[in-house]
Amino acid sequence: MRSVGPVLAVIAVIVALWYAAAVGMNAAWVRDQAARAGTEVSFLQIVPQTMAQERPVLPAPHQVAKGLWDGVTGQAITSKRSLVYHGWITLSATLLGFGIGTGLGILLAVGIIHNRAMDQSVMPWAIASQTIPILAIAPMIIVVMNSIGVSGLLPKAVISAYLSFFPVVVGMVTGLRSPDAMQLDLLRTYNAGRGQTFWKLRLPASMPYLFASLKVGIAASLVGAIVGELPTGAVAGLGARLLQGSYYGQTIQIWAALFAAAFVAAALVGIVGAVQAAVLKRMGMAR
Amino acid sequence: MMTDGSASDRPVIDAQKVGLTFQTADGPVHALKDVNLRVLKGDFVSFIGPSGCGKTTFLRAVAALEHPTEGRLLVNGMTPEEARKRRAYGYVFQAAGLYPWRTIAGNIRLPLEIMGFSRPEQDRRVKDVLQLVELEGFGKKYPWQLSGGMQQRASIARALAFDADILLMDEPFGALDEIVRDRLNEALLKLWARTGKTIGFVTHSIPEAVYLSTRIVVMSPRPGRITDVIESPLPRERPLDIRDSAEFIAIAHRVRDGLRAGHSYDD
Ligand SMILES: Nc1ncnc2c1ncn2[C@@H]1O[C@H](COP(=O)(O)OP(=O)(O)O)[C@@H](O)[C@H]1O
Ligand SMILES: [Mg+2]
Repeated sequence: MRSVGPVLAVIAVIVALWYAAAVGMNAAWVRDQAARAGTEVSFLQIVPQTMAQERPVLPAPHQVAKGLWDGVTGQAITSKRSLVYHGWITLSATLLGFGIGTGLGILLAVGIIHNRAMDQSVMPWAIASQTIPILAIAPMIIVVMNSIGVSGLLPKAVISAYLSFFPVVVGMVTGLRSPDAMQLDLLRTYNAGRGQTFWKLRLPASMPYLFASLKVGIAASLVGAIVGELPTGAVAGLGARLLQGSYYGQTIQIWAALFAAAFVAAALVGIVGAVQAAVLKRMGMAR
Repeated sequence: MMTDGSASDRPVIDAQKVGLTFQTADGPVHALKDVNLRVLKGDFVSFIGPSGCGKTTFLRAVAALEHPTEGRLLVNGMTPEEARKRRAYGYVFQAAGLYPWRTIAGNIRLPLEIMGFSRPEQDRRVKDVLQLVELEGFGKKYPWQLSGGMQQRASIARALAFDADILLMDEPFGALDEIVRDRLNEALLKLWARTGKTIGFVTHSIPEAVYLSTRIVVMSPRPGRITDVIESPLPRERPLDIRDSAEFIAIAHRVRDGLRAGHSYDD
């Protein structure tokens, strides 16, 4: 908690800059309105008006905060206008995708370290898969899966998994290979088999690497779920909220959804971090 | 010591014309050449020589971690692989290499789990070897809570836990300071006297080799070979101050001469 001071200072600076930007960017509209009405406006009159528009170019922080607050607490959580409702839709796809991606990533990593052919064949494909822009892949996945009758949660989860398996593969391959030659030799002197080497040495040694990857992976999963909601004209989810906001110029709604997504991401990464701390502590690896 | 019949007459380690060549990108490296050595049950054999003379390679070959390319190497009358399968030896590396996620007791338990000892048997053995290396009461600690010397003692306990009758140690105290090393040497001799194990011990230090060993194998590099084998006339019971005795100094001289004769300090 010693870092609270600096963090608050940074936030204060960002908020101040944001207000300044809001005034600057929204002022044009105020001046236009005044010109149309044939009136003159002074700077001091402009400032409050830049922060109270319904569709500002850049909403002021307090407008976003209010939008967020209304979205979270102002509605029944089953309402289509509730951010909790949309957040949950996105979160469920995120978690399912994260689960699939993590499982797949670990399986691939285990295969890669135990099988030479997989080592040489899987990694290049995994890397190639990540060089294709997700925005190009997402609509194809959704369309293809829709055509075979799968829609809703699963296609989004697949996109989520597509983004989150990669950090897990990379982290786990590194982690499972982290034991040095001496530690492997020691097990050979016990005549340990591959399975024993895996369970007793490689897997526990990989835990710090796994958790580092999971933190990246869960954030990527959330991005994947949101992106998965964009191309389909989905009606629910934070991605849908973003898209609708941009159709109707509801900038406050866009920003509120963005912040909701950011808070969800922070919470998810925080939860993974807490699990990491607990697991490593139980393993005696936290000092 | 050597009175219990035929089993003792058979060498525990029997190397005949053993050679080991590594094929590397820069051509072959002759790590061992023409190595002949017989180690008997209960011997404490030290290997001394400048780095690169093949000490580690020889120990690893005995442990079936490397494979001789020439000659014949037998451990307890078997190939090193067979001997390993029968848990003939425990190996102690220079670094303790304890698993940070296991307690000291958990680390000592590791070979026992792998070898399939029952849980009560594991507990009994862990307790016994902790006592043997004087680490009673540290079983529940994690490695990072122990000093380097204590960690190395734990790693020796780990190698002793499954009752191998050969203990192979590759510069086990090389990374420790002089004072700790003296204490561990003393403890090791006691442990050797109590357990009657055969010990192969690699070291860089002449006093350490002379203090510990019943036989000192002097080696020299390029190609790695044995230049002298010195039988120690020192009694098995050795207080630390034996190192000031004339006999001790005489053996140390001979070791030093052997090292020089192998013109091993030309680098
Ligand atoms: N795995 C290996 N591959 C190639 N050369 C090796 C390998 N292990 C050891 N050597 C070489 O064999 C020689 C003997 O090494 P080593 O047995 O480690 O010596 P020592 O333990 O006496 O210092 C050295 O020249 C070393 O470079
Ligand atoms: Mg060595």
